[in-house]
Amino acid sequence: MIEGTVGEEAIAVVPAFNRGFRLRHDTVRNAWVVLAPERLFLLDEPAVEVLKLVDGARSVSDIVDILATKFNASRDMIAADVEAMLQDLVVKGAIRL
Amino acid sequence: MNALLPIPPVAAIEPPLALLAELTHRCPLQCPYCANPLEMERAASELDTATWLRVLEEAAALGVLQVHFSGGEPTARRDLLEMVRHAAACGLYSNLITSGVTLDAASLAALADAGLDHVQLSFQDADAAQADRIGGYRNGHARKLVVSQQIREAGLPLTANFVVHRQNLDRLPEMLALGEELGASRIEIAHVQYYGWALVNRAALMPSRAQLEQANAAVAQARADLRGRITIDYVVPDYYAARPKACMGGWARRIINITPAGLALPCHAAETLPGFQFPSVRTTSLGAIWRDDPGFTRFRGTAWMPEPCRSCEQREVDWGGCRCQAFAMTGDAAATDPACAMSPDHFMMADAVAASDAVAAAGPAPDLVYRRIRTAALVK
Repeated sequence: MIEGTVGEEAIAVVPAFNRGFRLRHDTVRNAWVVLAPERLFLLDEPAVEVLKLVDGARSVSDIVDILATKFNASRDMIAADVEAMLQDLVVKGAIRL
Repeated sequence: MNALLPIPPVAAIEPPLALLAELTHRCPLQCPYCANPLEMERAASELDTATWLRVLEEAAALGVLQVHFSGGEPTARRDLLEMVRHAAACGLYSNLITSGVTLDAASLAALADAGLDHVQLSFQDADAAQADRIGGYRNGHARKLVVSQQIREAGLPLTANFVVHRQNLDRLPEMLALGEELGASRIEIAHVQYYGWALVNRAALMPSRAQLEQANAAVAQARADLRGRITIDYVVPDYYAARPKACMGGWARRIINITPAGLALPCHAAETLPGFQFPSVRTTSLGAIWRDDPGFTRFRGTAWMPEPCRSCEQREVDWGGCRCQAFAMTGDAAATDPACAMSPDHFMMADAVAASDAVAAAGPAPDLVYRRIRTAALVK
């Protein structure tokens, strides 16, 4: 366990977008969106930071490392946020873990 | 009196999110609830390839993010592959809305290779004989089962779309099971919307309240069972609603529809409304149409609304409901949608349901009027 928040197993997995879902920058609206089958998701800034790092190669742990460094924040806190956000996107069908 | 009040700022017009490209009205199926107009375009009047490619470019520049290639049957266009490739080059997310019966492994591989993002495959029922009867196409259902597998093998995500009505709604659990079995990542259960062909066949297709309640329960159960695995979208019939649907997300707010002949519409049924001269993409840019065309500005926002919409706190939730339904039922396109319980015409919804129940009680379902170019003249 990492500081009692996220399991080793969960943090070692590699998140990837499911087929039919992709992250795109919309230049007209100057916003990041996830395009999906007959819908789209508007993203808040934390979600954009995480999803830009989802490439099917980086693990959740890698993503947490990068964000903790970038925002000079506790790895523990970042891990909890990233996990919760990815789980939400799993339920929405956008991400697989 | 209040002459010195400041003029309120004009809200910026948000760019459209989606382009519904109705490439053709040609289709091998003849579904009696087709969303196409009663007067369909023949192949000779369809837009040429170059114009469609330009429209895709203009749409992307305007802010459109997704293009839905629809019809009719969009695969009837021989240049579909070129359009899909061009959409991908423009950064557009492309969706193919198809009956599937003309597709095979090779054409699907080519579409995936061209950059197609998603396929919505329509089903008419879970029962093959009933599906083929409604679609008016022999062995169509069996063909769709094969094609759905080929869609998955091409690596394309699949939505299984089931249009539901009185004659198939009792098999909704089987439809949901079929969608799961086919490996769909999304299942769309869409109650028939009663415009055009469906309005002609309303008495035969409108479900009973008991059927609707069972269907709602089946969808709720499936959503719980399939949570996180399959997304289920459910389009409810607004004849049973107390509030109207936000048709198209509001008139000219989200979507531009282009007809096979190149007319730009705020919704695919808008040509049924009198007094409009909708613009053609052959002569006008999509940006100018979206911003300025009177057909688009006529019902955009809330300024056009009569009471009870004008002062209703839901006015920016449902945007007054559906203009085409208001016109079809009341003869006034600017009337409050009769689907709203606040509409003075709301009784018409209950009357239509009662008429459908009476027809069902009287005996076998009436003959369906199938979507055919030659029958279009007869139902007008």
